[in-house]
Amino acid sequence: MLRYALLRLLGAIPTLLLVIILAFLMVHAAPGGPFDAERALPADVAEKIEAAYHLDEPLPKQFLRYMSGVLKGDLGPSYRYRDRSVSELIGSGFPVSLKLGLLAFGLASLLGLSAGTFAALRQGSMLDRVVMSFAMTGVSVPVFVVGPVLVLVFAVKLHWLPAGWSGASGPAKYVLPVITLALPQIAYIARLTRASMIEVLGRDFIRTARAQGLATKTIIRIHALKPTMLPVLSYMGPAIAAILTGSVVVEEVFGIPGLGQFFVRGALNRDYTLVLGIVIFYAALIIVLNLIVDILYGVIDPRVRQQ
Amino acid sequence: MKLIRIFLFAALLLGVAGCGGADDDGDRANVLHRGLATDPETLDGHKARSTQAADVLRDIGEGLVGYSATGELVPGVAKSWNVSDDGLTYTFHLRSDAKWSNGDVVTADQFVFSVDRLIDPETAAFYAQLLDDVVGFEATDEVTLVVSLERPVPYLLSLLTHPATFPMHPGTFAEYGDDFARPGTLLSNGAYVLTGWIPGSLVTLQRNESYWNNAATAIDEVQHHVITQPMTELARYRAGEIDITGVVPPESFEQVKTELGEQLHMAPRLGAYYYGFNLTKPPFKNNPELRQALSMAIDRELLVEKITGRGEMPAYSWVPPGINNYAPPVLSYAPLSQDERNQIAQTLYKAAGYSEDNPLQLELRYNTSDTHQRTALAIQSMWREALGVETTLVNEEFQVLLANMRDKEITQVFRSSWLGDYNDAHTFLSVMQSDNAANTPAYASEEFDSLMARAAGQVDLDRRRLYLEEAERFMLADHPVIPIYFYVSNHLVSPRVCGWGDNILDYHYSQHLSLKAVE
Repeated sequence: MLRYALLRLLGAIPTLLLVIILAFLMVHAAPGGPFDAERALPADVAEKIEAAYHLDEPLPKQFLRYMSGVLKGDLGPSYRYRDRSVSELIGSGFPVSLKLGLLAFGLASLLGLSAGTFAALRQGSMLDRVVMSFAMTGVSVPVFVVGPVLVLVFAVKLHWLPAGWSGASGPAKYVLPVITLALPQIAYIARLTRASMIEVLGRDFIRTARAQGLATKTIIRIHALKPTMLPVLSYMGPAIAAILTGSVVVEEVFGIPGLGQFFVRGALNRDYTLVLGIVIFYAALIIVLNLIVDILYGVIDPRVRQQ
Repeated sequence: MKLIRIFLFAALLLGVAGCGGADDDGDRANVLHRGLATDPETLDGHKARSTQAADVLRDIGEGLVGYSATGELVPGVAKSWNVSDDGLTYTFHLRSDAKWSNGDVVTADQFVFSVDRLIDPETAAFYAQLLDDVVGFEATDEVTLVVSLERPVPYLLSLLTHPATFPMHPGTFAEYGDDFARPGTLLSNGAYVLTGWIPGSLVTLQRNESYWNNAATAIDEVQHHVITQPMTELARYRAGEIDITGVVPPESFEQVKTELGEQLHMAPRLGAYYYGFNLTKPPFKNNPELRQALSMAIDRELLVEKITGRGEMPAYSWVPPGINNYAPPVLSYAPLSQDERNQIAQTLYKAAGYSEDNPLQLELRYNTSDTHQRTALAIQSMWREALGVETTLVNEEFQVLLANMRDKEITQVFRSSWLGDYNDAHTFLSVMQSDNAANTPAYASEEFDSLMARAAGQVDLDRRRLYLEEAERFMLADHPVIPIYFYVSNHLVSPRVCGWGDNILDYHYSQHLSLKAVE
């Protein structure tokens, strides 16, 4: 298993390198520079600043300079936050995004799995239809609509929860962003679980179990749940990625100082190093997450392990 | 409907509440919450660039002079000053009780230290050119600072309110270098000390107990909340989490005006929204008649009333009204009705060689924003109806538009704006000088430049003013830009905030404000 993990990680290096090269070329290809503003800089000041950040060098040289920094674990200085480094900004933003993402992921898994299972067991019933229409709505209504509506109802009208992030203390500030972020995933996981459970319940081994006279509860818990989880589990990797990218919008709507907001602002401000740093960080994260999912897959399904 | 009535009633009740008491307000006691549209890029006054950074810097630092809540110059670290007869030497007498937040005394040489760093090319400060006309800052003793000028700068005092000219603590700089401006290391000589900064979220300031005028500071803590989305800021204001908003979202302006009218503060400010021409390429190069035709065909009154609708003033000059010691000359056709303007515009348009069969085709570039888009659409249709111009709207991301404006290769007409840095006509007019980096249309007129140079040499304020007005009149007749409207500041100010003053610079120092209990 360890050898497998190591091999997979080694295999990820070219992928990561490709991501860095493409991202580097793309941010530098975007028109406009980090120091353009309506109040244009006098030429001598602009030159000084560009020289200070080596932006006056040819692109390949800039790339090599950047890569040698990355290999040493230095993602460079932010262009927009003049006295902060990219690593420092990621260090400040990632814990926030991570906490938000984990909470949303936990909520989505818990509610999605239960709702999907219940709906599958009562296939065609009223409950099934209600759950599935909720799921349909959850998938189709975009986050940037759900967020402001929740704020309007629960913060502005009812005053139950804070509307924003900064300055609010305690767990209350997590509630609305986590729900907003989890909603589409709850819906997706519920639909996936339902479909998978229905399929599993129709299999031969379940019929055998029934024929042996086992209680329905036992059949579900011992025999049906594990195979049901397989397609759901393989969706978990993409789900985490979706939650991470979904947080870009949620962080904007709620003003949360996470990586998503730095990413968007960084792109708009042409903060080359910040954008690149976050891309590299996310790419590495997703590679590792996919690896973890694959390993978990093997834990749950012995057939995968043997292959 | 019922809800709106409740809101209105509440607004009325709150509006009449006086501003006398300083009662505590439960757990939100004495903490002011302000909205900030973007993160300060740094709190190093020399490397900061945005108005938001300057807003925070004015809370934590103090220059030789400052502004009152209503925008009048008031003494700061300098308790008094004299100006020599030729206007070339200012002698500032510093107060001896001015202190840094660690208790050190603020001395004249710390201003010199700061200015030296500001103008040092190695610093690459954005505002280095602010002090272009200053020959020297000299500390003759601990409390006396002599500023000598190359030529009279009547707005010098106004410049010295800019955070880039605030003093620096040399000891901190020696210890931390360029990283000195962080919570925990940044010393403050103003009313507040920086105690926390979460990038993208919150800048926290606490009362500076060592500040010489600490007794006059009413609010103990100020939280500047970074809220990039105006709609989010409005929601947070409505939820009672923010006391002062940085803006009011245009799409909600009407609703805000109806429901929160008493809390809405609108004031003219030093800013012009304009369309610039690329004067380096046809069709606008050497074609003032065509430029005038396009300028005349824009119905500015209709635009500010129907399209922008936030109290903006139609612009017929480059320098906004309300600036010190200046009366902006207006475009020659300002007194005419729009119909009359359109008729003249048509004549000019034809004289420039265009007609119904041979219409002018142009590209109008603006950066992505709802307001810019609606303005551009309206102007496109005004030009089409009055002249038959075929305008293609090109919507670009801001950094792309800026790069195109700088390159001057593909731009024809572009949207831009200018915000004044100090209360003097020079902050606007100097933009049009041929050597100014912010001269977006690339306007180059020897006559204008020489009028500006002559104005710059005047000690006598009235004569200087005449030259400046003459320069503007001359420039306006050349139509390098189309001034469209002058900005107004829009803020929502909670009824629990006292001491707010509307002013043309849109500066609102937290130290002038206080809080009271409402309800």
